[in-house]
Amino acid sequence: MPQILMPALSPTMEEGKLSKWLVKVGDTVKSGDVLAEIETDKATMEVESVDEGVVREILVAEGTEGVKVNTPIALVLAEGESAGAAPAAAPAAAEEPAPSMVQAEAPAAAPAAAVPAAPKFEAQADPDLPEGVEMVELTVRQALNEAMAEEMRANPDVFVMGEEVAEYQGAYKVTQGLLQEFGPQRVIDTPITEHGFAGLAVGAAFAGLKPIVEFMTWNFAMQAIDQIINSAAKQLYMSGGQVTAPMVFRGPNGVASRVAAQHSQDYSAWYSHVPGLTVIAPYSAADAKGLLKAAIRSPNPVVFLENEILYGSTGLVPKVDDYVLPIGKARIARKGADVTIVSFSMGMRYATQATEKLVAAGVDVELIDLRTLRPMDSDTVIESVKKTGRLVTVEEGWPQGGIGAELAARVMEQAFDYLDAPVLRVTGKDVPMPYAANLEKLALPNVDEVIAAVNAVTYRS
Amino acid sequence: MARKATATKAKTQPNAPQFTNEQDLEAFREMLLIRRFEEKAGQMYGMGLIGGFCHLYIGQEAVVTGITMASEKGKDAQITGYRDHGHMLVMGLDPKGVMAELTGRQGGLSKGKGGSMHMFSNEHRFYGGNGIVGAQVSLGTGLAFASKYKGDGSVSLAYFGDGAANQGQVYESFNMAKLWKLPVVFVIENNKYAMGTSIERAAATTDFSMRGASFDIPGEQVDGMDVRMVYDAAKRAIEHARSGQGPYILEMLTYRYRGHSMSDPAKYRSKDEVTKYRQERDPIEQVRARLLEAGVITEDDLKKIETDIRAIVTEAADFATNDPEPDASELWTDITIEA
Repeated sequence: MPQILMPALSPTMEEGKLSKWLVKVGDTVKSGDVLAEIETDKATMEVESVDEGVVREILVAEGTEGVKVNTPIALVLAEGESAGAAPAAAPAAAEEPAPSMVQAEAPAAAPAAAVPAAPKFEAQADPDLPEGVEMVELTVRQALNEAMAEEMRANPDVFVMGEEVAEYQGAYKVTQGLLQEFGPQRVIDTPITEHGFAGLAVGAAFAGLKPIVEFMTWNFAMQAIDQIINSAAKQLYMSGGQVTAPMVFRGPNGVASRVAAQHSQDYSAWYSHVPGLTVIAPYSAADAKGLLKAAIRSPNPVVFLENEILYGSTGLVPKVDDYVLPIGKARIARKGADVTIVSFSMGMRYATQATEKLVAAGVDVELIDLRTLRPMDSDTVIESVKKTGRLVTVEEGWPQGGIGAELAARVMEQAFDYLDAPVLRVTGKDVPMPYAANLEKLALPNVDEVIAAVNAVTYRS
Repeated sequence: MARKATATKAKTQPNAPQFTNEQDLEAFREMLLIRRFEEKAGQMYGMGLIGGFCHLYIGQEAVVTGITMASEKGKDAQITGYRDHGHMLVMGLDPKGVMAELTGRQGGLSKGKGGSMHMFSNEHRFYGGNGIVGAQVSLGTGLAFASKYKGDGSVSLAYFGDGAANQGQVYESFNMAKLWKLPVVFVIENNKYAMGTSIERAAATTDFSMRGASFDIPGEQVDGMDVRMVYDAAKRAIEHARSGQGPYILEMLTYRYRGHSMSDPAKYRSKDEVTKYRQERDPIEQVRARLLEAGVITEDDLKKIETDIRAIVTEAADFATNDPEPDASELWTDITIEA
């Protein structure tokens, strides 16, 4: 015989007042009929019947306060149940309330189980290049363009969409020539509608396509960040591994030149915070090409952070058929023994120039380019710090909760005993980007600040 | 209500289209399954077996039932917001898996990691189950984009409520859908309340079928309590989209009997209003009456259907109660795919 239990009517309700019965013994009830009114701490709510039958007994009188959730409050005799069998069950239930379902759920009520260890990410090493491979000088812009063109040739499901990517040939000319080669079906000019086209691309990825979404700058992607995080990044987990969003969101990130607060900002730390995303921020032309190709092939949503100022800088790119680099592997740009400098993207420019000066002054710097921010290659950094005992981080972004803050925490946790000096961060200043030329310069990190930090941790100042 | 006629206001058929007895029976079974499933979910929420948010579909059953009957199952994609249990049941997802997801168990459709608002099935082409109001409209437009890109002839059915209809990305999606002639049907389930705010208090214009007018997207207002009207309109809309003419808007005038979620006492509307819908417009009772009137089925036959559906729901509830919680190791799985 179905018992009507005192229901929980909110995620936090534990007890309530049975304020009014709307049925009496002998009434016939069916699914959806309102049986009683219950007062919680927030409101008066109705209890509907799920079962059909005749109200046999009311166990808790109206007006009773403090009725615990899951206490039987009435008995309903289902159709077909013999009335004779009922009385035996009823008193028992009334005297000894059935154990509540919540209590019965011992595993849920028990102290939380030990948290299983997080799986460790192991990045692969860069591929070996054939001996005597030809190196070609390319701009970062050309390298990115080649990466997209090659992947679009290889996979018809890859397409690129964004503002001005097709007929205009790209606001920063990164998509130059793609429309001519692949046509308007695969190189798609969108309206100025970041939130909408980011969501549209995520939906297309759900359905099996491989979108490359170009944001004219990452500043505009703030309109779309809900779709990037709530829809793309979390999809695999929320679906228990069934549906994913294999796609690339890319465009220029970081500080541009004299464009002020809304157009000059580094989003590295923002996206690197989010499980489910892969976040890549290359510095060199070769890494830009090899990592963008890897990003397009990735089965996961990738945030690919380029830098407007670096688009025109050149570097040597190996001329091989398929230059793909491993995601999640830092690059040791210079081996050294005295101090470790870790940076990425535009920060590498300051770090590289500082390293040149420091090496000339006799400091043996080990310089690491993270290249990928999530998953972050802690191992390479930790191994380096164990050797040098000193760490300086360099980034354009704000200090609080930044990439440098994350690196400092990891080194504290994993290499504290090896440190000979506190970890120092060189970051953008903790201010919105100013417009005035002198103030903008002050707001950015610079080579002298990197040198000063290295001098401090090596006690040379 | 007088309304200015425009080219984009599509015509709704004046007379209810007729269902065959088979169609009526199918609709009856599907809608009753949703009703009984949701009642059981409400009860289990009350028992503490279901946590967090739980948004019930009771009252709105005819919408998803009529539309799904008019669609090609397994081919056309569907996507909705967080009031999603009914969509999954009608699309053929296992009630046990849905209920076990509500209770957060390992046998749930998302292994217990998604909950009431996050369930998906590539096989059935159901893309959620989305918790951010309005996000599913852009995503659903993307499903249609993929259909056109691949040329697979499928249509995307993107459901959202009268509340979501005021979100900006809805109009960004309307624009692109029309601009690129994407095969998408936007289904606005207008149940008159966005949580506790009535459409009159939230919308400058309350005829949501006209919301695509500035993009020249045809729209019609449909009696969403009559499954035949829903089916008939959906047939037109889906055919329009599938034939390459682009998007179509269906505003379904419907009503939810319960609160916005389980913890909503629904004090913002009168008891009379709810009672009127339940007694005079109930989508299931309409079909039941028709079936009996036509004499094709007896009270006993209907009882048999009721019993069968109760058994399915009871089995789902038992499974969802007894199935273990996910293994602790599931905490770290399905975050990214190892390349």
